[in-house]
Amino acid sequence: MILQVKNPVVEVHDLTVSYDRKPVLWGIDLTLPAGALVGVIGPNGAGKSTLIKAMMNLLPVSSGYVRIFDQPLKQVYSRISYVPQRESVDWDFPASVFDVVLMGRYGQLGLFKRPRKADNDAAMEALEKVGMQGFANRQISQLSGGQQQRVFLARALAQNADIYFMDEPFAGVDIATETAIIQLLRLMRDEGKTVIVVHHDLQSASDYFDWVVLLNMRLVASGPTEQVLNQELLEQTYGGKLTLLSKVGDLLRKQEFPAREKS
Amino acid sequence: MQDFIEFFSFTDANIRYVTLGSVLLAASSAVVGCFTLLRKRTLVGDAVAHAVLPGVCLAFILSGTKNPFILLIGAFVTGWLSLVVIDYITSRSRIKEDTAIGLVLSVFFGIGILLLTAIQQTGNAAQSGLDKFLFGSAASLIGEDLIAFGVVAVLLLVAVVLFFKELTLLCFDQAYARTIGFPVRGLELLLTTLTVFAVVVGIQAVGVVLMAAMLITPAAAARFWTENLKVMLVLAALIGAFSGIAGAFVSYTAPSMPTGPWIVLIVSMIAILSFALAPGRGWIARILRQRRNKTRILEENLLKLLYQLGELRQDYDSARSLEELLERRNIPRKEAIRGLQKLKRQGYLQKEDKRWLLTPEGEKRGRRVVRLHRLWELYLTQYLNLASDHVHEDAETIEHIITPELEQRLIEELNYPDLDPHSARIP
Repeated sequence: MILQVKNPVVEVHDLTVSYDRKPVLWGIDLTLPAGALVGVIGPNGAGKSTLIKAMMNLLPVSSGYVRIFDQPLKQVYSRISYVPQRESVDWDFPASVFDVVLMGRYGQLGLFKRPRKADNDAAMEALEKVGMQGFANRQISQLSGGQQQRVFLARALAQNADIYFMDEPFAGVDIATETAIIQLLRLMRDEGKTVIVVHHDLQSASDYFDWVVLLNMRLVASGPTEQVLNQELLEQTYGGKLTLLSKVGDLLRKQEFPAREKS
Repeated sequence: MQDFIEFFSFTDANIRYVTLGSVLLAASSAVVGCFTLLRKRTLVGDAVAHAVLPGVCLAFILSGTKNPFILLIGAFVTGWLSLVVIDYITSRSRIKEDTAIGLVLSVFFGIGILLLTAIQQTGNAAQSGLDKFLFGSAASLIGEDLIAFGVVAVLLLVAVVLFFKELTLLCFDQAYARTIGFPVRGLELLLTTLTVFAVVVGIQAVGVVLMAAMLITPAAAARFWTENLKVMLVLAALIGAFSGIAGAFVSYTAPSMPTGPWIVLIVSMIAILSFALAPGRGWIARILRQRRNKTRILEENLLKLLYQLGELRQDYDSARSLEELLERRNIPRKEAIRGLQKLKRQGYLQKEDKRWLLTPEGEKRGRRVVRLHRLWELYLTQYLNLASDHVHEDAETIEHIITPELEQRLIEELNYPDLDPHSARIP
């Protein structure tokens, strides 16, 4: 059940990604519709974060390409926004909450230019949207996990992008933060933005997303939530590891084989 | 003493130049070092510092002069080369970065020493002074040298100011920087180049062996005092500048003494003092915090004891003797007396012929501790399903740290309870 859409906002074509020569994602072919709240779901080690990072050009790919708004990523930096995993940075960095949110404006500012007053306003507005305006001057080292996630979200909001890629925004946050975040994401979708979220909790998935991508080293399914979240497809995603696939991957690494023959 | 006055009156033009030079060099490398530190690449700075030596020697052999610009170029080339080699080894083999750094550092430095020894044995008269690059000599920072190194130092500071926003983002969240279209490779290259330049200019004052300390130590010390990156940069620069002046002074009064070790000793002293004294992060602040916690626990335990005795006897208005208190709870006698006297000074207790009595305020505080203890016990049995005989120990600590807001929420979540798991009344 892999549904391809017309005029997709995101198009992933034959994407294979390897770590140390071992493929962790095999030949992903995927298109996503505009204005949807998309959940990327799969078990641990399924390559969910890898898929997002590959889309963001943060990882070298063994084959394939990604197009966003029918253009390569380089042409559309100003229209996309990425929310990395909370743990990916050292929060013991000498910066305040406001400093971090202001970083969301750096892309529009470009090199050399200093943030203007308008950028400060935008950052403050983003902080208000996530309910953290009272924390603007707080040191980031003093934040709880949920607050850190809100700050990252505010930074993304300050970018005013059209499409958002979020890596596990619900991981390790309190229930109040989770509710606040999902409300915000729905609001963004209603404004016509596309939001793609890596998510690990099956329970809430059917409630949160309109479109679901099931992933386990390969694409299992992609389509509207009610058509995708069924017993059969979930079993294919979660049930039984594809040990053969894994073994072949190991072999590629050991023999130092390329994942694709050079064309 | 006379040296001291003579030096710090700055009447001698030479002294002025040497001091100015040292301050510039030390401050600029300290500022660049802040970013190296925040990017967690401090060891790389050490590798570059050592790798600069063969470059200096080669530049001298090839040109036959000690022209600072030529030596600078030589230093820059091998410093850079060492970084390229480290990157290449890490990306193309199974060797991890720390091992690669160790390998490159020792190989480059070894070659450098080899070349230096070879130069010294040729008997070339021009070579005298080249060995100053090993441990530094601030006093030789005059004329052409000062201009060359000073210009580079100023350029470094200007570059950091210009690229402040970009470098900060690079150090904090590199992946994000890439997704907003920043030229991350270019910025990495920039920071690496700045690091190499900082090392190259600093070696004149400190020498290659100890240069890493000049890069890292001021930044590490400054980090203790502030949570603001801009303030941290300024502080690091000041700490660097101070040690630079000190180094220049030593070098002036004892010309045969190498400057590097002195500068490093002084900057390390500042760092150690920072580790100890800085508010919040420092050792002393931490020790004080723990002491405060300990006295607070002791005091609250004493108030709780007196309250519990009142509860037990159904009589809050009679005074209790020390023995009665110690019978119920094992507190070292001396500590207990000290605690009681302090509570009296604070107005929580009264003393009536060697016996102790709670004042209304003391009773209130004692009651609150007892309440928190029982609330927490109840919370543990209800929400964590712990057996009621396992919750007491836990509550003994938690009762001292619950804030009034948390207390309110606790009461609400437990639905305004009357009894704790041991059926004692919650006051």
